[in-house]
Amino acid sequence: MKHFLSTDDISRADLESLLDLSDEFVEVLARPIPKVPALRGKTVAMLFFEASTRTRLSFERAAKALSADTMSFSPSTSSLSKGESLKDTALTIKAMGADALVVRHQFTGAQWRIADWTGLPVLNAGDGAHQHPTQALLDALTIRQHFGKLDGLRIAIVGDIRHSRVARSDISTFSTLGAEVTLVAPSTLLPVDMEGWPVKVAGSIDDVLDVDVVYLLRIQAERGGASVFPSLPEYVTRFGMTRERFARLAENAIVMHPGPMNRGVEIAPEVADHPRARILEQVANGVAVRMAVLFRLLGGEASDE
Amino acid sequence: MTKVMEPEEIDRALRRIAHEILERNKGAEDVLLVGIHTRGVPLAERLHLIIDEYENVKVPVGTLDIGLYRDDLDRRPTTELGATAMPEDPSGRTVVLVDDVLYTGRTIRAALDAMADLGRPQAIQLAVLADRGHRQLPIRPDYVGKNLPTSSSERVMVRLQETDGKEGIWIEERV
Repeated sequence: MKHFLSTDDISRADLESLLDLSDEFVEVLARPIPKVPALRGKTVAMLFFEASTRTRLSFERAAKALSADTMSFSPSTSSLSKGESLKDTALTIKAMGADALVVRHQFTGAQWRIADWTGLPVLNAGDGAHQHPTQALLDALTIRQHFGKLDGLRIAIVGDIRHSRVARSDISTFSTLGAEVTLVAPSTLLPVDMEGWPVKVAGSIDDVLDVDVVYLLRIQAERGGASVFPSLPEYVTRFGMTRERFARLAENAIVMHPGPMNRGVEIAPEVADHPRARILEQVANGVAVRMAVLFRLLGGEASDE
Repeated sequence: MTKVMEPEEIDRALRRIAHEILERNKGAEDVLLVGIHTRGVPLAERLHLIIDEYENVKVPVGTLDIGLYRDDLDRRPTTELGATAMPEDPSGRTVVLVDDVLYTGRTIRAALDAMADLGRPQAIQLAVLADRGHRQLPIRPDYVGKNLPTSSSERVMVRLQETDGKEGIWIEERV
């Protein structure tokens, strides 16, 4: 594995192997000294061209727990505001001695270009509404921890699918691992390009309350998500995970959310704080899966290229 | 390829090592056996069974993967990891690291670093099925199944029922 850009082209065996590796890093993070020297001397650069708190901090924590050094970058304080091109920014950071780049960008595909330009291992931390592969991996790990497997599970993804890179990465990851995915959204928030996707579609969250996992997405106002349905109360009526709906879920079912949450919109506050809402477990697992991916890319195999 | 250790010799060597561990530590009360992946793990489990057989004491068995502590990460062919699990806190215990072959000592150096991150054992001892010499670090075993004088151009192959479906130690000339 040279890069980690998309979940679309990862085989089931490779996904399972990454999840197994992630389990080992869950163990590392539970140790009295939650840090290993595996990537000592390596430098991981964080290039976040789009705002992020949890993903950037999670990658930083992952790199540091592997003893790698990190460099950070945010567009508002960078030379981008002076007109530097994406390519020059990437090559400049490579010249400073970065061994891998973690990149988030508002445009689909930016990471593939950066990978070509720099030749460095690139980890996609989110590109536009396209892919967010480490999120999918941490979601799969969280589900696997609870159910032991994904094979045969029924998972509903509810909300703003159209603008969600999380949904795109999750759909391919969950279905590659053998789960059956149902999308639930107002028709205006379903993607237009769903031809061939391995999913079913339902029109209301009430149609899917018998599933094993309900995965709630945030309405992405910044990508225009709030303008395509009449009102938030109406959204809650058809798609919100209210207390009443939560009570109707199967006893062992779990609720997930990639964060940041809008409490009272897609998820009721009492549901968000319930033990069967695995939202904080997702965050914790994020560090472990990012360690696994960094270790895969920088821990030896990549140098065989 | 020359076979230098038969299954029954391996068994005898492990029984002797088990006795030496008991003798040296005056019993097995505070001992924690830690098998180093891959073949140290079944060897540690066998020592556990032998000690139980003689002393009726169930010594806890941990497993250790040193993959994250190696100093040759750039040269390793794989980034798979086995499970690292300590059934008991190693702090204050006598940890007996168990591995199949002792060679350069680099694996044990990495294992010592890993143990230091997992707790503060009272002492760490080392048991190996075969010591083939050629140390590159100041590391010595406390318990040795068999000393195998070899040249660096030779390869020592350990096979165990649990991991390989056959059992024995072979020496072959590297091609």
